[in-house]
Order: sequence, then structure tokens, then C-alpha cells
Amino acid sequence: MFRIRYASVVILIAALATGFFVWKTTGGDGRFDFKLGLDLSGGTHLVYDIDTSKASSADRADALTALTQVIERRVNAFGVGEPVVQIEQGGALGTGQYRLVVELPGITDTQAAIKSIGETPLLEFKLVKAGQEGNLADAEGNPVAASFEDTGLTGKFLSRASLQFGNGSSQALATPTVRVDFNSEGAKLFGDITSANVGRELGIFLDGKLLSAPVIQDKITDGTAIISGNFTAETARDMVRNLNLGALPLPIMLESTQSIGATLGDEALRAGLVAGLIGFLALALFMLLWYRLPGLVAVVSLTIYCVLMLAIFKLIPVVLTSAGIAGFILSVGLAVDANVLIAERLKEELAAGKKAQDAITQGFARAWLAIRDSNTAHIIAAVILFWFASSLIKGFALVFGLGVVVSMLTAITVSRTFILALGLDEKSRVGRFLMLSGFHK
Amino acid sequence: MNISKNLKYFFILPGLLSLAAVIALGLWGLRPGIDLAGGSLLQVTYQDNRPPVQQVQKITEPLELGEVRVQPADQSSYILRTRALAEDEHNQLTAVLGGLGSMQEDQFTTIGPTIGAELLQKAWIAIVLVVLCTIIFIAWAFRGVSKPVQSWKYGIVAIVTLLHDILVPAGLFAVLGRFVGAEVDALFIVALLTILGISINDTIVVFDRIRENLRFNEDKGRREEFEEVVGRSITQTIARSINTSLTVVIVLAALYLLGPVVTKNFALTLIVGMIAGTYSSIFLASPLLVAWQKWSVRGAKK
Repeated sequence: MFRIRYASVVILIAALATGFFVWKTTGGDGRFDFKLGLDLSGGTHLVYDIDTSKASSADRADALTALTQVIERRVNAFGVGEPVVQIEQGGALGTGQYRLVVELPGITDTQAAIKSIGETPLLEFKLVKAGQEGNLADAEGNPVAASFEDTGLTGKFLSRASLQFGNGSSQALATPTVRVDFNSEGAKLFGDITSANVGRELGIFLDGKLLSAPVIQDKITDGTAIISGNFTAETARDMVRNLNLGALPLPIMLESTQSIGATLGDEALRAGLVAGLIGFLALALFMLLWYRLPGLVAVVSLTIYCVLMLAIFKLIPVVLTSAGIAGFILSVGLAVDANVLIAERLKEELAAGKKAQDAITQGFARAWLAIRDSNTAHIIAAVILFWFASSLIKGFALVFGLGVVVSMLTAITVSRTFILALGLDEKSRVGRFLMLSGFHK
Repeated sequence: MNISKNLKYFFILPGLLSLAAVIALGLWGLRPGIDLAGGSLLQVTYQDNRPPVQQVQKITEPLELGEVRVQPADQSSYILRTRALAEDEHNQLTAVLGGLGSMQEDQFTTIGPTIGAELLQKAWIAIVLVVLCTIIFIAWAFRGVSKPVQSWKYGIVAIVTLLHDILVPAGLFAVLGRFVGAEVDALFIVALLTILGISINDTIVVFDRIRENLRFNEDKGRREEFEEVVGRSITQTIARSINTSLTVVIVLAALYLLGPVVTKNFALTLIVGMIAGTYSSIFLASPLLVAWQKWSVRGAKK
């Protein structure tokens, strides 16, 4: 008896400490604050199909990693807190189409987001063929392909790009230009091209558009090129950024977009919290009125269950979505399930004329089989759901599965300890009244 | 009430409901949402005064977006559904809608058809997997019980019951889809899968009690008709079957009435599935078990 009471005090203190942790770390954006999904915080969720047909299967993994890194850099340049960039594989068995999933919390301007992610700058240097200097572009300003020859020098050999003002000549001091530094391989290539072609024009192309075609004055061996086109400070800065962030190693195509405004997310969050709270209170009331003492124990154990779950959400951390909150609310309803089984068993054992303490231990023991079986069925469903669900719904399966396991543990340990610790006597009328349930003669 | 005598009448209610559900599904089918069929959904709010539906419909016509379904939401919002829009079409659409008054875009979703088709395919695999795993699990959990009904029969009966439990909410959504335009989305499939997982609960509780009573009889050397055992088990478990489901229905009702819009249909599907699961464990699972036992006894005597 003493040990049981001791254990229940320990459980209560631990629960209070956990509750304090949950309360203290909520709000204020700390490390342990709740992580909200895009549907609650507002933001943009983008899914791209990745074209891997051109990459050999050996290169694919590398190319996918490189793609993730490039996209991450671009997304970070966009200035989003905690963006998510991940590769998923589609198809029923996860062997199909590769997809890139990008989540941008707080960003609702999908157009700007798509633009900043999808831009693929391609920098090329092409020599102008001898005698074609006057025929670089057609009437519409498009470059004439036949006038240029490839040099093999592209943005691939770039080590960094930077913004400069002026190109050395005095009349253009305030003109923004882009300075390009090549890596050692690029510098050598650039040196070879310039030394072999002094006096010829070198065309500089960005995304197939001719920016400028300066005359090669001298051999350049330091691996630096200055690009001047009709830049404004802003377009030059964009080009520098895009060049530095690099081209995408694999082509991507936008497949689906989802953007949710912050107000809509707030409303959903508030509605979810209200529903959870009212649901809990209604449930507590029902348990107290119908099951009395075991009902009270169930409510206490349910409260501990909720506190534990919230702490787990913070520690893992679980990203909460509307579906996740629905899963949590459902799990609260299911968590009392074991308590109901136990309370009903207890009543039967008492009716069979057993002593209170015996009735309690045997009630628990007998209820255990049914609890175990039904919870196993839940876990099977949760695992399959987790596998099935897309990212926004995975939260539901995760919360639901966690809930089943945690609730089973709290029901059979916490509830059991508390009800034994109360040490009721079946002979007193109060004791009988408290332990029975429902209506009876 | 003498449950064991009246077992054969128990089939009427689940039988009629299943039949109605099948007819509704056959006649009208389910209306897939954009996450399953592909398409775009745009929700906008007009701060001051919301233009009439006809005006919205008319102004979107020149954009050639195909059929645009405009549905009022709340006091000041519209939800527009179209085929899957490209980003520039989305921009054109918000631009013309913005021309009708001070407007704010609440959400925009566009989903390509391949993702939806994949999801649907996965859903079928998931349903089959859950059903298979459940048969195997129940057959295993009841492996000790072989007389007078083999354990795998408990599994099969549980599955028939489960099919009934998801047929009823599916039928309801066929009706709702026909009359109020309710759509089924990925969450609906999740709800069905969850029902498969949790409505088995009540069936397990009854079966568990039958198992215990059979074992008790065996230990005491008592002879009791299988029918009687089942009837007694139902009487003993009816309170907890109802109460365990009631607790879930209570919280789900709160979610349905007060929760976020996105999970309202989800909560409704689960509520209907839970209720169907509770009565089917009493009115379908147990009588089926008895009928099967009688039928095989009769077969053995011939």
C-alpha cells in the first residue's frame, strides 16, 4: 500500500514537472516551442517533378543531393525561417517519379517564390566568328547562332561572381558591371581562349541572351572577366546572386502548389484548440458522471496523457497540422477507451462479490487482453496510414500512432496505480457507490 | 431481452444500410476533391462587399479556364474550383477577381493529376493491407480458440463487419456529394483507414468476451450452446462497447462542430464510421459468427 501511494505521488510530481516544461516552452519561439505546419502558420508548399531521365543511375543520387543543396541556397536567399527542402519518390511503392518538395513558412506570394526557386541562369562565353562582327543579332535582337562558335567556357567554371561599379574606363565609373572569377580550370581555359584570339570578339550569354561582345584586348591569365551589359544596379545584383547560386543540376517542373494565408491558418489553429479543449471537457464530464471514482482516475490519467503527448510533440519535434490536431483529438477519445474497459471490468468483479483490491487487480488483468488486442489493431492502421499519407497528412498518422502507444501505457500504469493507491473499501456504501457506474438498483 | 433467440433478426439493420449505401454509391458515386482528381482551388475574401456569384462567374469566362465552380463560404469569401491552373493563369484569375473589389487571397492549391492518381492507387493498396493485416492479427489473437468456431473465422467475420463500417460512411458521402456537393479528399481516405483500425475495437471486445466465456465453460466442464455464449457475451459487453465508442464520438463531435473547416468532413466520416462500427459489432459480427457455426454444423451432419 505504502509503495503504491509512493509511486502515485512520484507520477503526479513527474506529470507536474512535464506540464511545467510544456507551459514554459510554449510561445516565444524557443527550441522547444510547438512546430506548426504550413496549414496552421500560413505559407507555401510546392511540389516539383524532377526529370532524372538524363542522369545515369550512378549519378542520380549525387545529382539529387546537389539539387537539394542548390534549392536550399536559393530558398535561404529568399529569407524564409525554417524552410523545408526534400526529395520524395512518388509511385504506390515509392519507386516512381522523384519529386522535390519545398515548404516556405510565412511566404504566401507564390509567384515570387516559384520565380526565385525555378530560375536557372546559364552563363556562356562564345567566340564571334571572323567576319561576322556586324551580324551578331537579328532585327528582333536575338543572337544569330551561326555567328558564334562554342568555347566550352560556361558558368560551370565559376568560382564566384561579384558586383562592381565601372569597368575601368573613366566615363563609365558609375555603371554597374558583374565581375566573374573563374576557378583554376576555368582560369586556364579562359587564358587559352584569350591568348589564342586576341583582337576577336567574345560574346557573353546569359540564358541564351547576348549580354555583350567585348573585343579581347590581351591575354587574360588571372581568371577574371568583367561583364558589362546594360545593367541597372538591381539587375546586376540579381545576376550576381543567380550566378553564385548556380544552375540546377536536374531540370524541375512545377507539379502542385499550395499556399495558405496566415489568417486562415490562425483560424484553423484556434478552431482546433477550441475543439480539443471542449472535447476534453465534455469527455471528462461524461467520465465523471458515469464512472465516478474510476472516471475521476481516468480524467487524471487522461490529463497526464495529454501533457505527455504535448511534451513529446515538442521533443521529437512533431510538426502540427490540422490533420495532426484531429489525430490528437481522436486519440484523446481513444485513450479513455482502456479506462472504460477497466472500469466496466471492475464493476463486474465487484458484483461477483470480490474484495475491492482483488477486484481492481483482476479487473486490470482481465481487461488487459482486450486493451492489447484493440491497440495492436490501431497500431497496424497507424503504420499503414503513415506509409500511405502524403506529407501534410503524415502528421495525423504519426500523432495517432504515438497516441495509441502512450495512452496504452498511461492507462495500464497510471490509472492502475492511482486507483489502487486510493485504497477503497467495498464494504462502505461510499466506496461501493464510487466504484460502480451507470444506473443500478 | 433474450439476445440469443433474436440473433437472426439482427441482420436486418446492417443489411438494409449496406444495401442503401451500395445503391447510393452505384447511382451517384463519390465526388473526388482536387487532391485526388487534380485541379485548382482558390479561396478569396472580399473585405467590404462581396460581389454576386454571377458576376464572379462572368468575369472569369474570358480567361478560358474551363468550368469554374464558384461556391460562397462564410459571409465574405468565395471558393473557386477549376482545372489545374498554371501559375500565370492563377495570376490572371486573382487579377480579375481583385478588379471586383478589395480582395485578399486566403489560399490557393493546385494539384497535378498524376499525384492524385498515385494517391488513389496507394489508398487501395493501403485498404487491402489493413484488411489483410487485421484478418491475420485476429486469427493470431484468437488462435487458442478453436472450438466450436475456428479462429480464422473470427478474422473473416471481423472483416465483413469492417466492410460494412466503411460502406456506411462511403454511402453517406455519395448522398452528400449528390445533394450538397460534398467532395471526398485524401483525408476521407485517411478517415476510412482509421475506421478500419478503430471500429474493429468493438468487435474485438465482443470476441474477446466470447473467447473468455468459452474458456471458462471449458475449464468448468460446462456445456452451453454457442448461441447462448454469444448472447451472454453481448449482454456483458454492450455497455462498454457503447461507452468506448461514445467517448470517441464525444471528442469527434467537438471537432466536427468547433474544429477547423478542413477536418469537418473528416470528423463526420469518423463519427458515422464509429457509430456503424459499434452497432455492427453487436448486430452483425456476433450473429454472423453464430450463423456460420450453425451452417457448418448442419453441413457436417449431412
